[in-house]
Amino acid sequence: MTALLEVPGLAEPARPKKLSYSERVLESGLRVVAVRRPTVPLVEVRLRVPFFSARARHRARSALLAGTIRTGTAEHDRLGLAEALGDLGAELSVGADPDRLLLSASAIASGLPALLGLYAEILTSASYPNAEVGGERGRLLERITMSRSQAGVMAGEALAQRMAPGHPYGRTLPDEQEVAATTAAQLRTLHAGMVRPDGALLVIVGDISPARALAAAESALAGWTGAAPAGKVAPPPPVAGGPLRIVDRPGSVQTAFRFGGPGLPRQDERYPALQLANLVFGGFISSRWVENIRERRGFSYSPRSALDHEALRSSFLISADVATEVSAPALLETLYELGRMASGPVTEAELETVRQYAIGTLAISTATQSGLASTVANLLGAGVELEWLSSHPARLARVTVADVAEVAAEFLAPRRLVGVAVGDAGAITAPLAGIVEVE
Amino acid sequence: MPTASRLPTLPSLSFELLHHTLSNGLRVVLAPDRRAPVVAVAVNYDVGFRSEPQGRTGFAHLFEHLMFQGSANLEKLEHFHYVQSSGGTFNGSTHLDYTNYYDLLPSHALERGLFLEADRMRSPRITKENLANQIDVVKEEIRVNVLNRPYGGFPWLQLPELMYDTFPNAHNGYGGFEDLSSATVADASSFFDSYYAPANAVLSVAGDFDPDRALEMIERHFGPIERRTRPRRPDFSEPPLTAERRAQVADELAPIPAIAIGYRVADPVADFPAYLASVLLAEILSNGDASRLHRALVQDKGLVTDVSAYLGTFGDPLEERDPTRLTITAHYADRAATDTVLAAVDAELDRVATEGTEPGELRRAGVQLAATLSHELDNVLNRGLEFAKFQLIFDDAELILRLPELLGAITDDDIRTAARALAPTSRAVVELVPGAAK
Repeated sequence: MTALLEVPGLAEPARPKKLSYSERVLESGLRVVAVRRPTVPLVEVRLRVPFFSARARHRARSALLAGTIRTGTAEHDRLGLAEALGDLGAELSVGADPDRLLLSASAIASGLPALLGLYAEILTSASYPNAEVGGERGRLLERITMSRSQAGVMAGEALAQRMAPGHPYGRTLPDEQEVAATTAAQLRTLHAGMVRPDGALLVIVGDISPARALAAAESALAGWTGAAPAGKVAPPPPVAGGPLRIVDRPGSVQTAFRFGGPGLPRQDERYPALQLANLVFGGFISSRWVENIRERRGFSYSPRSALDHEALRSSFLISADVATEVSAPALLETLYELGRMASGPVTEAELETVRQYAIGTLAISTATQSGLASTVANLLGAGVELEWLSSHPARLARVTVADVAEVAAEFLAPRRLVGVAVGDAGAITAPLAGIVEVE
Repeated sequence: MPTASRLPTLPSLSFELLHHTLSNGLRVVLAPDRRAPVVAVAVNYDVGFRSEPQGRTGFAHLFEHLMFQGSANLEKLEHFHYVQSSGGTFNGSTHLDYTNYYDLLPSHALERGLFLEADRMRSPRITKENLANQIDVVKEEIRVNVLNRPYGGFPWLQLPELMYDTFPNAHNGYGGFEDLSSATVADASSFFDSYYAPANAVLSVAGDFDPDRALEMIERHFGPIERRTRPRRPDFSEPPLTAERRAQVADELAPIPAIAIGYRVADPVADFPAYLASVLLAEILSNGDASRLHRALVQDKGLVTDVSAYLGTFGDPLEERDPTRLTITAHYADRAATDTVLAAVDAELDRVATEGTEPGELRRAGVQLAATLSHELDNVLNRGLEFAKFQLIFDDAELILRLPELLGAITDDDIRTAARALAPTSRAVVELVPGAAK
């Protein structure tokens, strides 16, 4: 028998490069941040407008606004706008969630001034033509119906409702009847009241000079004005455990488990420890839970846990889709691994693995123009300054086994989480009820 | 609106590639670029769904899973641990004509990544236990992506069966559960021996590294792997369709109908210019609000919820050899509208075939496609994967860098010719009949 070959060690790590960027707050209150990253001759743009509202029907209206904001302006009809974007090699996508309206685009770098001109046109004169709103309303309703037919979407909705009942975060899809009742006039009113530069953020990343990008933004967006809408919204009260909610999907060949509980925001001093605790539990494939239910038992293809950040709350989330027959044993193993995290320490070797993984994937996530643009927009949008990116590896390096044990006991304890199971209720209720309280 | 003279020009892509072949036949492509401290290692093997044996549907993909289960010098789970504890990520994927394995790592972990890929090229550790475990995992993958999902696998699992007549092209690449369950360790060993020879693979390394040092490491780790015969690739070609083919599939979970229309197109390798015209045509047909099918079917007539035209099985137009296809898919709410939708598609295709493109349309589609391509290549991992794939499929890694120029050379006549080939008399149409009525 030949001796085993040795796995090569690691070379000296490269020193992380500091991000070089310029920024300016325009007179209108719009914050503009520009970063040079010239790998390919493109530019990425993210405009993030705060869009939180606890008003009834806001979700439906913001979803339809996102779908129709670029279907007509004072200067262009829908086709004209699409052609003008296409000429710049640009893709523009618009999305709304409870926190923000996001207009993301990429384009050929030399087209940046023209692209910002089109942004300005849309922001200051989107016209929401009645016929376009009517057409998009019908298609949005069809898309909602298609989404709701997916087990994963049903489970996401059920968990959101369980975690924040009655709060805007408690709903992941707009209500169909509210969409059906939304008019073009209401969208114009919503746009006038909330699509405003004060408090909004514009991020530009790519093969550009930051100074010239700031100047281009200032000149293109000079006509977009308006103070931030007033009003403060409270976060949902933290969830406090409770029975597992079973949602019936008759004949389902799998059960979609989703669990959630409170997390910590990135600025919290205990966040790095929670980030590492999540990884040890189920945040990547070499984690305890994934090795258990995927690699040892073959119960699930992609079980995963994650930390999620919204403007008003941070959460710890876990998800797994498992064959109907193994629903109960999969739940048992999940509770076992959560309980093991909450009640005993991780090993030094486990900690070292997740530390390196967290540091490495942070570098990877900002290695592309689009990844960097989204990361910068997400961080600044959450009130985290960019210095965080370069200082975070050092924070991860300081986390100890005791730090992880402390946050795991608090945030990963199974009794602290709420859960849902979307599946064939007739087949799974009795076996699951043998393990936990169900409703 | 920018005037024609102020429009940005097609972006050009400047990456320098280095080529090398080891004595065991392994082809190597290096794409150094030191702007971000990450490095990608990708190995593409020249085997995919098309090469799996009858009675073993899904085997190429199952085998991909087995390649992560330990190797000559590594126990099960060690591959994952070594990549992730280096701060990296990994994956693999199985396609019609190739299977890839890749790692994205901080640059100081390059040698480790090369070792891990070399070790499984040397010999994966396939045991009865690992095989049984991964059969279960693959079944869960199929349940979550196909059986438990509305429109699951539509149309990549249903269209080939109607469109092609031979097993390699027509069968379900995810595999039937009976076939998966009957796979043996001996099947896996023989599949490895036949298709996973160094001479049947391309290794590419992209990102932050010194080329001379990387070549030394590659020689050190891959060089000692024994040379084996490169398998001869069978001729998978089939004659073109001579009449329309129609089929229906039921989907109990789907709330509204969907349709998929498949057309045969030019041989991507033998007739690249004609094939590339089809790629640009697909862009003109369905990319964005100004595209032909979106305007006609979505905006003007309100017939469909969405429509999409694309080449290749999974939407990457440049990853398959002949035979491949252009597919048009749409979802629509009115169950009685199938023929109206088909007629509207035909009318638009006919309009492009007879009247050609509108002023500015050809240039716009070319710029959009070139921008999409640049966007892909901004990602170090994608660069590694694309260069390996282009070397494997087209025997020309640099071809991807010439695409903006080649797209710019496509004429209105080329687009008309590509559109004429999408005739109702030689298409395959699969209708998805929804069962989840509301």
